[in-house]
Amino acid sequence: MTDAVARRWRFVEPSALPGFKPAMGFTMVYLSFFLLLPLAALILRPWEHGWDHVWKVISAPRTLDALKLSFGAAFFAACINAVFGTIVAWVLVRYDFFGRRLLDAFVDLPFALPTAVAGISLAAIYAPNGMVGKVFAPHDIMIAYTPIGVMIALIFVGFPFVVRSIQPVLEDMSVEVEEAAATLGAGRIRTIIQVVFPVIFPALTAGFSLAFARAVGEYGSVIFIAGNIQNVTEIAPLLIVMRLEEFDYAGAAAVGLVMLTLSVVLLFVLNLIQSWISRRGA
Amino acid sequence: MSLEVTGVRKSFGRFPALDDVSLLAENGEFLALLGPSGSGKTTLLRVIAGLEEAETGSVRFGDEDLLAKPVRQRGIGLVFQHYALFRHMTAAQNIAFGIKSKPRAVRPSANQIKAKVEELLNLVQLEGLGGRYPSQLSGGQRQRVALARALAIEPKILLLDEPFGALDAKVRRGLRRWLRELHERTGLTTIFVTHDQEEALELADRVAILKDGKVEQIGTPEELYHDPASAFVFDFLGDSIQMACEVKGGMAVIGGVSAPIIGQKPDKDGPATAYIRPDGFQIGPKDGEGLGARIRDVLLAGPDARIDCVIDNDGAVEVRVPHKAAKGLAPKDRITLKARAVRVWA
Amino acid sequence: MYLSRPAKNPARRDPTLLAGVMIGVAIIYLVFVLFLPLFTVFFEALRKGFGDYFRGLADRDALSAIKLTLLIAAIAAPLNTVFGLAAAWCVTKFEFFGKNVLLTLIDLPFSISPVISGLVYVLLYGANGWFGPTLDAWGIQIIFTVTGIVLATTLVTLPFVARELIPLMQGQGTDEEAAAATLGAGGLRTFFLVTLPNIKWGLMYGVLLCTARAMGEFGAVAVVSGKIRGQTATMPLQVEILYNEYNFVAAFAVASLLALFALITLAVKTFLEARFAHELAAQRWR
Repeated sequence: MTDAVARRWRFVEPSALPGFKPAMGFTMVYLSFFLLLPLAALILRPWEHGWDHVWKVISAPRTLDALKLSFGAAFFAACINAVFGTIVAWVLVRYDFFGRRLLDAFVDLPFALPTAVAGISLAAIYAPNGMVGKVFAPHDIMIAYTPIGVMIALIFVGFPFVVRSIQPVLEDMSVEVEEAAATLGAGRIRTIIQVVFPVIFPALTAGFSLAFARAVGEYGSVIFIAGNIQNVTEIAPLLIVMRLEEFDYAGAAAVGLVMLTLSVVLLFVLNLIQSWISRRGA
Repeated sequence: MSLEVTGVRKSFGRFPALDDVSLLAENGEFLALLGPSGSGKTTLLRVIAGLEEAETGSVRFGDEDLLAKPVRQRGIGLVFQHYALFRHMTAAQNIAFGIKSKPRAVRPSANQIKAKVEELLNLVQLEGLGGRYPSQLSGGQRQRVALARALAIEPKILLLDEPFGALDAKVRRGLRRWLRELHERTGLTTIFVTHDQEEALELADRVAILKDGKVEQIGTPEELYHDPASAFVFDFLGDSIQMACEVKGGMAVIGGVSAPIIGQKPDKDGPATAYIRPDGFQIGPKDGEGLGARIRDVLLAGPDARIDCVIDNDGAVEVRVPHKAAKGLAPKDRITLKARAVRVWA
Repeated sequence: MYLSRPAKNPARRDPTLLAGVMIGVAIIYLVFVLFLPLFTVFFEALRKGFGDYFRGLADRDALSAIKLTLLIAAIAAPLNTVFGLAAAWCVTKFEFFGKNVLLTLIDLPFSISPVISGLVYVLLYGANGWFGPTLDAWGIQIIFTVTGIVLATTLVTLPFVARELIPLMQGQGTDEEAAAATLGAGGLRTFFLVTLPNIKWGLMYGVLLCTARAMGEFGAVAVVSGKIRGQTATMPLQVEILYNEYNFVAAFAVASLLALFALITLAVKTFLEARFAHELAAQRWR
């Protein structure tokens, strides 16, 4: 019999430190009450009126449109943030200019500013009579109350993720590889694309995933600018609220469960991509 | 064509890293920059490569003013201490990077690049390993990829920053000899930085010794060892013992015994410090002439006998003498020490 | 004073044109995405002058919303602080079966839509919920009361303190606690005299982020609160109520107060990061 088999299985390795039992006990009770029990309800309740009801709710055009909008707008917002977030991170880390530190501190604003505040503010800016909206309105271009408006709100909430993911990598990146590229005769843009970008790419995908995940579930900043027109600018979280107001708990739970499942699957895929990329040159 | 560095200055804040440095590397020469850390040797290398900007002075290659060119156009190969390989590129991609960076007009075709990479992989003895990523190579192999990458751009000059610094002792010795042979084959003017005097003396045609941002001395290993220009060089290139002496008529008097001064002689008589190698002493019986000393320990292992003794009213020294001279000596014995020849710098 | 300086290292010096374009693009983007919305909050709030602004804030419902918001944060943040400390203690000082599952669970609220975080409590305690009718029979109401708001807010802000403490305490290891144990110190003594001093700034950082989010939470709270003016309307909900009533000045006045809290949070956070960088894990916000 090998040692591994002979050793008694233990939940916790013996330790000289005290306090495992009370701390673990509290953690488990707390998590069960605030997280596990509620999640169990989310997972179990959609099915109480049977499969058919779940299918009816999910396959309804209104649900599909809402899901498409939530995931689609979140995806495009994350893409835009990936591009501009990379530029902002680059500028904040690599260039020394007046006001840099102040700008840097403000990057976290979307994390700190309550979403409802952002929501009414964005609505005011992009409404047809708003500061930016009125520039476009004469050309018959609507921003607020269209999917574009939804995307703008999602750009706001997702903005810090890409910047904050890339910044530390850019800061810690050794100067030597860029020096090597320069001594080998590579121009600056070539160096940025071929030498620097591959180094920050895993962080970029990580930031993209975070921005995307956050945007998919976003509610507060979107509902004001979206206008909430059925099948056009109604996001999935809003649909949950609607179902709840109709006391259709199973329907609301079904939409919630679909959103959660889709997010988890997508994040899992993005994680796979990310680990595949970083493994290649680790 | 030779590389000529003249009057280069560079400071970091108030710290002068290079203080009026001038030196010349002949065409095809293998030159070592040797010095303790903070002596400015790496800074000098980086100035030549274009990674630091000199405040004053010039760096010329033939009649070409190198400082006028940005780093990317200098055509100088630099091998970094920690290699700085591109982690996401294979060895072959790393080596091809510089060639592919050339302007389209002078860039070779894809096939030519491929052939060139193969040739370089052969040169650094990494045949068949071109497809590996740096993480799949050993330290010595990475070092050779870095070298091949630098050679790929057919540089005018090759610079190596502590080329063996990151390797363990055994790999280091093998690579040293190999690098010397490679230099003979390529005939490229090569400058390398090291803090290891043994490495510099063994490998280089000439060695420049740097201290506090200044060139202390430049010469062949032999010249440096036998004719050091300063106490610093003497001290840096080997063990040394320092003793108070009295200079009188071109001789140094230590403990009542005169010893000849080799090399530069001080122009003034008076008290000075004498520098002696540990094997520069004669030992005599306790009633002989010279400095009285008491033996603490006698070490008989090794090519010479080493005698650890305390000079009366002075500190401890360890002198080296032939085994036969140490015969019969034991701890607590009293002896006398007489310097055979000394060096004195004003 | 300078406008911009080129990189010291020539190998990292970008062409002036490139640098100029990048800085320009970044600043324009930041202006549109960050500063314009922030400016608009204060601009709209003060559009009709300070008189209307302060009338909007001094409104009875607005004051009760402020009080409620502070109360919610004052309950949810300490709860999650105790949880964060307990969870971090288990995860970083012990080896046990299923640790990674626990870590995933702690992170999970970050990936859940706030609306879902409210929804789950309705599913449990709402009129049609698993426990709702039973509790109702006992005379206990959770949904549409302050209790429900506390529950939803706690779930949304659950990871903040734990997420900051776990990497920080992981980095510090267990040597100091083990030393305290060999010197005969008991558990609480070890915690208060050895562990806590090492993590105090990180703890403060986590609590700061947790409090800020608790005060600003909207989606989760919107679902469970019922939005009863003067009773279950937190500040963000009050903003929505006023906005939907087309009382824009009052809506933006309350919003400006929240924006002010946000700016203070940013300032304190920036200060902590600059001053105690080595004593923080500074896990990014979600």
